[in-house]
Amino acid sequence: MNEPAGSAALTVTVNGRHHRLPVGSTVASLVAGFGLRARGTAVARNGEVVPAGMWAETALADGDRIELLRAAPGG
Amino acid sequence: MDDPFELAGRRFRSRLLLGTGATSSLETVEATVRAAGAEVVTVALRRLDPDLPGGVLDLLDRLGVQVLPNTAGCMTARDAFVTARCAREAFGTDWVKLEVIGDDRTLLPDPVELVGAAERLVDDGFRVLAYTNDDPVLAGHLAALGCAAVMPAGSPIGSGMGIRNPYNLAIIREQVSVPVILDAGIGTASDAALAMELGCDAVLVASAVTRAQDPVRMAAAMRAAVEAGRLARLAGRIPRRRYAQASTPVSGLAVFGPDLDDDA
Repeated sequence: MNEPAGSAALTVTVNGRHHRLPVGSTVASLVAGFGLRARGTAVARNGEVVPAGMWAETALADGDRIELLRAAPGG
Repeated sequence: MDDPFELAGRRFRSRLLLGTGATSSLETVEATVRAAGAEVVTVALRRLDPDLPGGVLDLLDRLGVQVLPNTAGCMTARDAFVTARCAREAFGTDWVKLEVIGDDRTLLPDPVELVGAAERLVDDGFRVLAYTNDDPVLAGHLAALGCAAVMPAGSPIGSGMGIRNPYNLAIIREQVSVPVILDAGIGTASDAALAMELGCDAVLVASAVTRAQDPVRMAAAMRAAVEAGRLARLAGRIPRRRYAQASTPVSGLAVFGPDLDDDA
C-alpha cells in the first residue's frame, strides 16, 4: 500500500501487518487497494465478517484488525 | 442407471467429491476434476498471499462445479463459525464443510466444538456438511440438529489408512437419515469401493488423488471404484458363510461305477 500524503492517516492491521491508510478509507477501498475482486474475497473486521454488500459503507477506524482472505486450494 | 445423489437440496450424478488440497498446479486440479467426474469440489479460505498462485475459484467456476468451502484448520467453534461466514461471502454459497480439529497430530474432529459450531451454523442458515468421527452417537447428534450431511472419517486425514472401523460406518448409515459421505483416510480405490459397499452415499477424496504419483489416473480409479461400490451395494452382496455352497447343481451328477482298471 502507498503511504498516504499528509498527516491525516489511520493505522490498521491487515493479516497481522500494520498498514497506514488515509482517513475515510473503507473496506471497499482497502480491498481495491490490494487489487482484489469481491468474488473469492472475504473480509473480517475485528473478528466479525463484513458482508460484501457492506464494504463501501464500512469505514475503517484506527486500530482495526482486518483479516483479508482469498480462495485457496484445500480440503 | 438413474441413481441420483441428493445432497443439501441439489441432485448430482457423481457420488465422488473431490478436494483440491496439496495439488501441484491448477492444471492438475482441472484434469483430476474432469477425470473424477466430480460435481462438488472443496476449497479453502486463507490470508491473501501474493506469492501463492490464485485462480482456483475461477477454475472451479469455469468447470461449473458446486464449490464446497471448508473450515480446515479451525480448532474452535468460534473460528469455524467466523470462517464459514467469511466463506459464504467469498463464494456466494451457504454450503460449508465444517471441520473443527481437536488435535494437530491426528487432525481428528473435536466433538464438543464441532457440535457447538454446527448448531450456530445451522441456526445461521448454512447447509452444514459435518466432518465427524466415525462415532454413531455423535453422527446422530449432528444429523438431529440439522446438518445436511455427516462426513465420518475412515481414518485420519491424509493417512491413507482406509476404513478402520467399517462396523461403525454401517451403523451410522443405519441410524441417520441424511447423506453419509466417507471423508478422510482413503488410500486407494478399494477403500472408496468399500465405503460405498458399506452404504455410504458418497465419498470425498483429496490426498489419495492429489498426492498419488499419477493424480489424474487415480482420479479415474476413484470414479470407477465409487461407481462399482455403489452398484454392488444396490445389487446386494451374498452373505458370508464359513463353508462352501456349491454354485453348480449337485443333483444330476453322473455316476460312472467302479474303475475296472483297478482289477487289472
